[in-house]
Amino acid sequence: MPIAADVTRNPFTQIESPAVGVTVEHLSKSFGTFEVLKDVSFAVKPGEIFVLMGPSGSGKSVLLKHIVGLELPTSGKVTVDRRDATEEATREHVRMALVFQAGALFNSMTVYDNLALYPREHRIGTEAEIKEKVMHALQILSLENAAQKFPSDLSGGMKKRVAIARALVMEPQLMLYDEPTSELDPVMGATISEIIATLKDEYHVTSIVVSHDRDLALAIADRVGILMGGKLVFLGTPAELQAPKDPRIADFLNPKIDLKNPRFKQLET
Amino acid sequence: MRQLNRILEGFGSTILLLFRSIGYLPTLPRQFGRFIEQCYLIGYTTLPIVAILSFFIGSVLALQAGYSMENFGAKQFIGSLVGLSMARELGPVMVAILLAGRVGSAITAELASMKVYQEIDALMTMNIPPARMLVMPRLAATVVMMPVLAIIANLVGWFGGAIVSKYTTFISIDPPAYFAALRRFMEFEDVLNGLIKAEVFGFAIVLVCCNIGLNTRGGPREIGASVTRAVVTSLILILVLDYFVTKALM
Repeated sequence: MPIAADVTRNPFTQIESPAVGVTVEHLSKSFGTFEVLKDVSFAVKPGEIFVLMGPSGSGKSVLLKHIVGLELPTSGKVTVDRRDATEEATREHVRMALVFQAGALFNSMTVYDNLALYPREHRIGTEAEIKEKVMHALQILSLENAAQKFPSDLSGGMKKRVAIARALVMEPQLMLYDEPTSELDPVMGATISEIIATLKDEYHVTSIVVSHDRDLALAIADRVGILMGGKLVFLGTPAELQAPKDPRIADFLNPKIDLKNPRFKQLET
Repeated sequence: MRQLNRILEGFGSTILLLFRSIGYLPTLPRQFGRFIEQCYLIGYTTLPIVAILSFFIGSVLALQAGYSMENFGAKQFIGSLVGLSMARELGPVMVAILLAGRVGSAITAELASMKVYQEIDALMTMNIPPARMLVMPRLAATVVMMPVLAIIANLVGWFGGAIVSKYTTFISIDPPAYFAALRRFMEFEDVLNGLIKAEVFGFAIVLVCCNIGLNTRGGPREIGASVTRAVVTSLILILVLDYFVTKALM
């Protein structure tokens, strides 16, 4: 069934609720004297997939942690659905889920218990209803056979899928992904990209994806932002990204391997 | 100066964690499974080593007391000495030291690993406070299990002293005489004071170990450093608290 642009559909109950947007206003963050984010501003529209790219250490993951309220800004503001992201009440009002780079699955629990933790802790439904929801989430990610396995028994790709399934059980209005395709083979990377796009198409979940993966950005993003040295140096559509004016962005997206004049030698000087 | 800042920061975060955890006490009934699991880990699994150590501490106390008191003909008071020493001081302190080494280190290692591998962050994004799920059930279990462990340590220590008093040739005091002396000079208040000490030590150790674990940053090396810091801090805390609690109970 088609879905309106400004609503999110719950994957379990099919109930529709308003989709949420995110606004980052003049955000700066310093750790000691090191400034990780420098006056970053952008807005993510309700229901869109926003991919945030940039070299390692450019502050992408730190920015993601600000959106979910795990870090406090040095200056500036992050709002989720027009509410301050640093306030605990925001996390109660807006259902948001973060898929961590390494999965962050609870190693002492089975896959089933990992997924069931959120509804159990928040007392959402009976044990039978929780089971139905968990199995449905596992089914969406083709993980039915992994329910009783422990995270240590899973491959990297399966861990990422379990992490997405766990996030899905939270019935999120906002999904945040931290490097969802890193350390995966190209096929598994494409699978994860398809999952993110499907969640958007079918349930209209607002998604913010932090990634190095150019293919992912070009294939599934509605808009792309590029962070370099803590500054937002590009904000546009994937089409605009294909012909960048800034040579740093062009080099980041299409790095040429130069054996005669290698980059690490240039860095030394 | 930096070290002082770190100590004050640690103290502040421990007090905050204490208030947060106490605030979640009403959720204990629905976390009963976790509470029982922690009772098992803190109490049942620590019991064998508590029994072995307290038996030998009671035995050594009786042996040393017998050796010294024989010279001035006061052997008949060995029971009182062992009884009072175990109940007021050695029982609770020994149980606390074992708790720090065995349970405290395990708690810090577990929570530090969860922090380093972002499991704590995952809990927070799920709006599940770590103080509610990971700290409060452990503190509640400690409150219940510490007196039990201290009573068992006392009983086994007294029993160890009785056996040594009977079978050591230069002491040779029968158990009825030993226990009569133990009862004559010991009051319920002595045992109670020891249990209060055990309670205070246990609570402080688990709280400090949880806080250090939850504030770990870095990688596997920092997990090891946190465990060492938790055990050393706990041991210092036991001895410092021992002085103040003893003075307060006098």
